[in-house]
Amino acid sequence: MMLCADMTKRLKHFDLELRFSCAPGQITAVVGPSGAGKTTMIRLLAGLERPDSGAITFGGQTWADPDSGVFVPARKRGLSLVFQEYTLFPHLNIRKNVAFAATDMDRVDALMDMFGIRHLAASKPAAISGGERQRAAFCQALAREPVLLLLDEPFSALDVATRRNLRARLKELKGELDIPILHVTHDLEEAVFLGDTVMAVENGQVAPDWLHRQCLLPQQ
Amino acid sequence: MDWTPLLLSAKLAFWTMALIPVLAAPLACVLAFGRFRGKSVLDAIVTLPMVLPPTVLGFGLLVVMGPRGLAGAAWEDLTGGRLVFSFAGILIASLIFNLPFAVQPLRASFEKMDSRLLESAAILGLTPVATFFRIILPNCIGGLAAASILVFAHSLGEFGVILMVGGSIPGKTQVASIAIFEAVEAMRFNDAFLMSATLVPVSFAVLMIINKINARRP
Repeated sequence: MMLCADMTKRLKHFDLELRFSCAPGQITAVVGPSGAGKTTMIRLLAGLERPDSGAITFGGQTWADPDSGVFVPARKRGLSLVFQEYTLFPHLNIRKNVAFAATDMDRVDALMDMFGIRHLAASKPAAISGGERQRAAFCQALAREPVLLLLDEPFSALDVATRRNLRARLKELKGELDIPILHVTHDLEEAVFLGDTVMAVENGQVAPDWLHRQCLLPQQ
Repeated sequence: MDWTPLLLSAKLAFWTMALIPVLAAPLACVLAFGRFRGKSVLDAIVTLPMVLPPTVLGFGLLVVMGPRGLAGAAWEDLTGGRLVFSFAGILIASLIFNLPFAVQPLRASFEKMDSRLLESAAILGLTPVATFFRIILPNCIGGLAAASILVFAHSLGEFGVILMVGGSIPGKTQVASIAIFEAVEAMRFNDAFLMSATLVPVSFAVLMIINKINARRP
């Protein structure tokens, strides 16, 4: 199903005004400078914040529309979000974390195999490395079979090898998942590698020329 | 020496410790995470027993829990017995008196939680109630244990509120602190010393346990 957003949100220094759509089976990479409103955009789509105006729709369902008073809370959207830093539940072991919202236990095991963390099943998050935790966070997000996958700079705190490994896994899974994936990143190379479309955001607006200004058309 | 007051104190402290999480944990959760009008008023009401003189709180409870009070009349209709001057009465008074001593550390423990864990729980489909039981409580178990043990120690030494609501009925409402006071008044210093000497190591042990729990908390 298609994700469509045409929303505004008043932020401290500017108004976030975004209009875009994401198709299933495609990765939309979102790039832009720090403080451009990318994370707020993700939070609005996830249902962690409410837009001031406009609408967010997914398939035929309206997730948020302040004018008509519609707001579907995060827990009812059926999406997954992977944060920049892992957010595994510290009191649960890795398998219980991955299986937290899963309906199919076979899928849990398959994902843990795919991401190479099966041997860590009984470990608590505090006992494993940052890269392993982020792989577990990916498994947790995918195990619930989300309708939409939001990624908020999930690779930025990882070492190069783990980052490459996870990027490859994500690209591999893209077709199989057949859901819209929105991937916020600072890394232009990563955006180009993963993204079917690259959307640049600057000062809360979609800025089509930002990418050119950054790397393709050197400033004179 | 009659050990009944000490046993009654232990019984009161145990039941207060056992029941206080049921009241304190949801209140602490509402105060830590809730965003609603009147939150500061609720906060003040919950904290009030901490700053009020125990005799003032005790007098207020005596009025409400007395036969003509709202709670007292309801209790009498329900059970046929009186709430004041009964063990149930001093237990309720003890729970109210101790509420802020449990809510404050629990609230601090909840507020220290990483808010992203709560957001993750919501995204993964958990209702606020399920988040409380499946995420918040298991991650704040140390805070809950410390609050309960602190309340146990605090209940052992209650005096003013218990005296106002329960009086000093031997075997029923005469707890250790009241018995010590009466022993001193009657110049039975040996009894007063023995009871006091028993309470000191118990209180010390409780503090040691709280320190250990706090040291283990992240």
